Amino acid sequence: MQNFEFVRPTSVADAVAALKGDEAQPMSGGQTLMPTMKARLAAPEILVSLTAIDEMKGVRKDGDQIWIGGGTTHATVARETAESFPALSSLAGRIGDPSVRSRGTIGGSIANNDPSACYPAGALGSGATIVTDRREIAADDFFQGMFMTALDEGEIVTAVKFPVPQRAIYQKFIQPASRFPLTAVFVAHFGDDVRVAVTGASSDGVFRWTEAEEALKGNFSADAVSGLSVSADTMISDLHGSGAYRAQLTKVMTQRAVSALA
Amino acid sequence: MNSIKLRVNGKEVTGQVEGRTLLVDFLRKDLRLTGTHVGCDTTQCGACVVHVNGEPVKACAMLAAEADGAEVATIEGQANADGSLSVVQQAFQDHHGLQCGFCTPGMVMAATALLKENPKPSEAEIREYLDGNICRCTGYHNIVKSIMAASGQDVPAMAAE
Repeated sequence: MQNFEFVRPTSVADAVAALKGDEAQPMSGGQTLMPTMKARLAAPEILVSLTAIDEMKGVRKDGDQIWIGGGTTHATVARETAESFPALSSLAGRIGDPSVRSRGTIGGSIANNDPSACYPAGALGSGATIVTDRREIAADDFFQGMFMTALDEGEIVTAVKFPVPQRAIYQKFIQPASRFPLTAVFVAHFGDDVRVAVTGASSDGVFRWTEAEEALKGNFSADAVSGLSVSADTMISDLHGSGAYRAQLTKVMTQRAVSALA
Repeated sequence: MNSIKLRVNGKEVTGQVEGRTLLVDFLRKDLRLTGTHVGCDTTQCGACVVHVNGEPVKACAMLAAEADGAEVATIEGQANADGSLSVVQQAFQDHHGLQCGFCTPGMVMAATALLKENPKPSEAEIREYLDGNICRCTGYHNIVKSIMAASGQDVPAMAAE
């Protein structure tokens, strides 16, 4: 790993100021960025650690939403949303492995927008709001393609606010070596509305399967989806599975999610 | 260089580290605590698991500078004050939970973290918790047995595989 200047601010304001430096890079839990830097795929001049910012940590009720600080680890989210939002707790509690969950954070995962990460599906599937140091962005506008988000240079995800669905579930088909989803879906049911977010499958990153959402609004059952299909054209195709396989998994995992909830 | 001050196995230590210095390198090279192993250096094998503020962490995926002010526990600090093995260490010895021993420090630290969080885990919960710890000898079955025994549960009751 190439050396860098390490700074560890204790407030969001100081972190934003530090990120104005040339070739400055924010790092939260570092469970993606550290291996990336070791492989020399990233070599920042200044590394701005976000781990000492107390105002970015914790889980609390915010009206009828759940506010989760961007610097909150997966382990903490899993523990502290177990009662209030079990589907999100289950998602957080199955990311990577226990050591990854001790360090990795929700803000880091959302900001990185890995096409196979779990949190983007949870945030998009719940219709969450991404809070940054300067604005609030709806999840529908935030995720803009593989590793692409609405974040500007030097902008930090300080929190994520989740509306709590009546019922929701995260169904993950795991790629056993990496422990990332090969394909996973987050299905959330809010009154008359249904949201289906898919991760791991598309080369455009996390996406909403709107056809399935429409079908499930009228008939919340696995059968409602059985006649639908997802185009394999934009699906990721690699040694772990073809595009057609991932397209099929999208449907199967959606059906499993709905069956488990219905 | 960054000045850091932390507690390692209950003792206060200080150091001067580069930004890029990994926690595992600080432990092994600066403090000469070589019990924490580096198996893969790519954050996959879990041989370098230590506890930071009570939680399991891969020491190759954390900067030493991030440990400033933290409480770190390594395999060297697991034995009892009189030098006898900890419950988990003793169970690994009794149930042949190690073959070559390279992954063992990470396995013991992971197992200890598990039992703190879940004192009577099921066999399935143990296997799931060890997701991030790889044993190249593939000695998982005895590792799981050891952890069952360390939690005071009946080992012979486990199904043979």
